[in-house]
Amino acid sequence: MEARTTTRANAPALEERAWRIRRNALRMGEVQGQGYIAQALGVADVLAVSYFHALRYRPEEPDWEGRDRFLLSIGHYAIALYAVLIEAGVIPQDELETYGTDDSRLPMSGMASYTPGMEISGGSLGIGLGIAVGIGLGLKRKGSDRFVYNLMSDGELDEGPTWEAAMSAGHWRLDNLICVVDVNRMQADGVSTGVLNFEPLPAKWEAFGWHVQRVDGNDIPALVRAFDAARHLAEPKPRVIICDTRMAKGVPFLEAREKSHFIRVEADEWALAIEAVDAGRTA
Amino acid sequence: MKRVKRGPWRAGTIGTAMAAADPSRPRLTTSAMIASIAAEGQRTEAAPFGHALVEAARERPEILGMTADLGKYTDLHVFGAAYPDRYYQMGMAEQNLMLAAAGLAHEGFVPFVTTYAVFASRRTYDFISQAIAEEGLNVKICCALPGLTTGYGPSHQATEDVAIFRGMPDLTIVDPCDALDIAQATHAIATHDGPVYMRLLRGKVPMVLDEYDYRFELGRAKLLRDGADVLVVSSGLMTIRALEVAKLLEAEGVAVAVLHSPTIKPLDEATIVREAARAGRAVVVAENHSVIGGLGEAVAGALLRNGVAPPLFRQVALPDAFLDAGALPTLHDRYGISAEAMARSLRGWLQHRRP
Repeated sequence: MEARTTTRANAPALEERAWRIRRNALRMGEVQGQGYIAQALGVADVLAVSYFHALRYRPEEPDWEGRDRFLLSIGHYAIALYAVLIEAGVIPQDELETYGTDDSRLPMSGMASYTPGMEISGGSLGIGLGIAVGIGLGLKRKGSDRFVYNLMSDGELDEGPTWEAAMSAGHWRLDNLICVVDVNRMQADGVSTGVLNFEPLPAKWEAFGWHVQRVDGNDIPALVRAFDAARHLAEPKPRVIICDTRMAKGVPFLEAREKSHFIRVEADEWALAIEAVDAGRTA
Repeated sequence: MKRVKRGPWRAGTIGTAMAAADPSRPRLTTSAMIASIAAEGQRTEAAPFGHALVEAARERPEILGMTADLGKYTDLHVFGAAYPDRYYQMGMAEQNLMLAAAGLAHEGFVPFVTTYAVFASRRTYDFISQAIAEEGLNVKICCALPGLTTGYGPSHQATEDVAIFRGMPDLTIVDPCDALDIAQATHAIATHDGPVYMRLLRGKVPMVLDEYDYRFELGRAKLLRDGADVLVVSSGLMTIRALEVAKLLEAEGVAVAVLHSPTIKPLDEATIVREAARAGRAVVVAENHSVIGGLGEAVAGALLRNGVAPPLFRQVALPDAFLDAGALPTLHDRYGISAEAMARSLRGWLQHRRP
């Protein structure tokens, strides 16, 4: 069954999906005692809209030829992707308990050979968009009308191959490629634009031949409009959705904590964080 | 302090002035673009890789050609002319070349990717490692100018490509010898499932192995000729040299066996160990590559692990150095990989052994 065959009327609202994704991620963080939880919480709304509004896939058949490809270039966001793959029914709910443990299918960094639904092995940052170019070319060769999505971080904008790929996608007019950039403004050594200034970002993508949208990445209706516009655009261009997100979104005491790439969460705080997310549940 | 390799020029010492002073000495020059390793008068075939790929692609529609602005210089343009809709010019962006190839392999295609060996090994290692090899994807990376096959200087001389790539898990490494070997290897890697790095000779490529009872088999070393005094284990163009040296030394009463090992990884250890274990025979490994990390060290390791200690073990290989720019014949002689230089080395080593 395709996920999208779930009728809009009986499907949980996207806000509810996002809440469950955050909860799954926090549960994994609790099991492991660590994880890139601030990124997962920040990108949860983007993933909810991707997997429960935009993407076509079959949970029971992750390699289904008719699926839209969703690449996780940012390997360390694996905790977030597992959270959505569990919510989507690609990975069983119980398996959440194995996150990051020996011999688990859910390693800390996302790898294609470990996890159903994980299209590529990310982690060496900056490789996703180039692979997406190849997949986009491949889908066109096959006459497929499916999309390839690449989820990347603002830190990956520092990487040269990102811009080689951006130029290449523009050159090949890959209208089946949608790049989603999570701009959470934090990378390993500090504030992203301070580490290396990538602004003005929309102008850069436009100059490379892309259709550009910039949205609040924690505003679900805005994300829905942006994904719809990207999918239905007639122009023969690759599409980028720049999503400004807030790290640790949904857990106020973590949102308020001094920001860093790897946010520190004390052992007794995981339960509190889950309570906080539950309190903010809007559905 | 920056290194200075050349002192001030003095008239009459080098170049035109020297040629004018002694017209019998040809003025040797070099070019990165038209480099051919064929000696004058040697039988050659044009673009064996390109033509073999066209042939392989006829039966296998999943084969694609991709290059980073070096189609004409890797013989892939032959494929591009035959299959324009299966040929991807990716621009001078080698990192993206490897990533896009990974993406196409994800979708079930078999991209043959070309650039120069220096760029594939030095510039795109991480991309081959993480986007291609770690996922076991079916990408064939075929690179011109391996080792010392251009006099253009270190920017284009891939003297350490094998050393770099041998450390990459799951990557098959092939270093074919001549036009026949390249053509057969191209067919073999097209049907092999998994990532491959192949060193290419391009343009007019010598044809040598058709005179021997030889057929390329992936993962197998083949004995081209036997001899009781020395076993030369070689790959790539050094097998051509080894066969020439064997003829030279035969006339001097030295019997040289030549074991051609075009697959460097996985190495055919069984055959190499068996041949090297034959009593009383010196073992020389000849490769168009640095002494560090190539076939020589691979063979040495295999022999040690298997308890085989030949009476003499030597390497004919390039020095661990950034090499000079210059004309190829000059450089091959200077660095010991011309047939004459290799013969001199062997004579010297064997003399020491004699009572």
